[in-house]
Amino acid sequence: MTQIELRGIEKFFGAVQVIHNLNLAIADNEFIVLLGQSGCGKTTTLRAVAGLETIDQGDILIDGKPVQHLKAADRDIAMVFQSFSLYPHMTVFENVAFPLRAMRMSSGEVDKSVREVARVLRITDLLDKRPSALSGGDMQRVAIGRALVRRPKAMLMDEPIGALDAKLREEMRAEIKRLHVKQGSTTIYVTHDQIEAMSLADRIVIMHEGFIQQVGTPDDVYSHPANLFVAQFVGSPVMNIAEASVADQAGAASVTVGDAPAGFEFPRQLLSRLNGHAANGGLTLGIRPEGVLVRHDAAAGYMPVEASIIEPLGSFDIVDLRVGSTMLRARTKAGYVSGPGEKVHVRIDPEQAHFFDTASGKSLGVRL
Amino acid sequence: MAAVRTSSEVAFNRIAIAAVLIATLIFLAPIYWIASTAFKPKELAVSVPPTVLFEPEVTPFVRLFTKRVQMQKPVDPQVYDAAPWWEKRIYDGGERVLKVGKDVQLSQYPDRFMNSLIVAVISTVLAVGMGTFTAYGFSRFKIAGEADLLFFILSTRMLPPVVVAIPMFLMYRVVGLNDSHIGLIILYVAFNLSFSVWLMKGFMDEIPKEYEEAALVDGYTRMQAFFKIVLPEAATGIAATAVFCFITAWNEYAFALIMTNRRAQTAPPFIPSQIGSGLPDWTTIAAGTFLFLLPVAIFTFLLRNHLLRGVTFGAIRK
Repeated sequence: MTQIELRGIEKFFGAVQVIHNLNLAIADNEFIVLLGQSGCGKTTTLRAVAGLETIDQGDILIDGKPVQHLKAADRDIAMVFQSFSLYPHMTVFENVAFPLRAMRMSSGEVDKSVREVARVLRITDLLDKRPSALSGGDMQRVAIGRALVRRPKAMLMDEPIGALDAKLREEMRAEIKRLHVKQGSTTIYVTHDQIEAMSLADRIVIMHEGFIQQVGTPDDVYSHPANLFVAQFVGSPVMNIAEASVADQAGAASVTVGDAPAGFEFPRQLLSRLNGHAANGGLTLGIRPEGVLVRHDAAAGYMPVEASIIEPLGSFDIVDLRVGSTMLRARTKAGYVSGPGEKVHVRIDPEQAHFFDTASGKSLGVRL
Repeated sequence: MAAVRTSSEVAFNRIAIAAVLIATLIFLAPIYWIASTAFKPKELAVSVPPTVLFEPEVTPFVRLFTKRVQMQKPVDPQVYDAAPWWEKRIYDGGERVLKVGKDVQLSQYPDRFMNSLIVAVISTVLAVGMGTFTAYGFSRFKIAGEADLLFFILSTRMLPPVVVAIPMFLMYRVVGLNDSHIGLIILYVAFNLSFSVWLMKGFMDEIPKEYEEAALVDGYTRMQAFFKIVLPEAATGIAATAVFCFITAWNEYAFALIMTNRRAQTAPPFIPSQIGSGLPDWTTIAAGTFLFLLPVAIFTFLLRNHLLRGVTFGAIRK
């Protein structure tokens, strides 16, 4: 059905370049999430695809045809806005019917299409209401309905659930996923919420300061972050990042975090895999809190440390552990560490460790 | 949880209500005066102290709309009996209605009133229409020197208009625009345009850009989006702006007096000119003024809901 390709997109706002040489191929039916902080260029990219923003360089191809010179109206793409942008002076029915009226569809067909979409989105009993009478979730459904009704080539969503409260956001997330599975249309979805991105995307495109940092499946970007930015942006609680040095110690590799007095034991193969990075410094260790293993009693490979702050999060706790002058955050069972100051023993799970070049921030691609 | 009001709060509240009532009465008094005078018999209009209770009559309106002359001798009783009721009222005042053959000759008031309507309505439509488009342009597009241009537009209001009355009069005479509807319309559009642009710019800025963007993506051109989405959303602002422009054009006196004298003369300079020499007929003048008040009152009344939202628009939005 619809493939979208972005080739060498560059975009300036005045003297500021907001998109740098962006290349991305989106397959038919794919759910792509553009993920990044505000100002990273993700929304500008989306608006460029929609035709609401011009680009200074490059090509936007829809089904192989360049569309960058076409008006938004002629691209056959639908968009859902964060603010929903339902027309306040029209009923829900008229809102959903609005794109069809642009196509000069007969009123019988309009009625049929609107009711069909309303049924799928479960908004049939809202059709006579005005947008101002709707709840946030219902506005959202109507906005999606308006986008779906004319069966566009692609759906663009700009933080569509960002304005909803947390509970509703979770509900709507599931609903968007359900709809995508059912309707199946090429979708580009913009968000700054990595949980949204992980749960919805076929592939995530992580952007930072106008550059694509990594493109990959949710599992990919979580397990194999391409650089420090991705490593810290994806995953919650945030990955621990620390300067590290690696030494050969009694037939095993020893990874020392910061200025800690002792190192953590790693398999010996790490030395050869790191290939020199171990010696000359400039190595950064990344470890997610679930990779920091904590136990009360001493055991081989565990280092005695002191707990600092404990954040209870219900199903688990996040415990800050003082390793030298570095803080490592560990994820433990709820209530496992009773309070600040408690002495516990800690180890880093080598299989969950990531290694980055400190200067470039790039992943060294070493996984054990 | 209902807050308990202290007695001093209650007292303050009552004083406030009383103050508002008094202010309202003061503002309404002249309107009552004009309206009541319009229905008074001639001799009661100037009675001291003023008469409050009287039997209302429409004779002033009959006089307002007809051409009359003073009669030298009393009217023939047969003619009087054959006359319709309104003509009798004129005979009662010692006057007779001028006629050409059987046709009653109308006074100039309907023409002047019509001139007022033509000039005010057309100039309002033009000023609001042009103002809306201009404001939309300023609100939505990047325009080089936008702030300077807007200031320039506003600066046309920084001079009392009457200052340019003489040069305007001379210019109009040269190009033949004096005493013409077009001339007055151009003048009033020029007065109102800066006001209309600035007011509408405020309203346009309040309308989220996303509405049009949604329409653009939904398959509409920018023009279609403007007419289908922006205009309905701006209805409140347009109504408020239209009321203010209409009132300005409707009430304008100085330029109408200078620029027109016959064909295009509007009601404001005409009504006082009827005071004439001799004993002024206040009831007829009051009748003319009373009718002159009505269009603005009706127009404002029809748009009152928009107007209320219009003047408070933007005050409580985040």
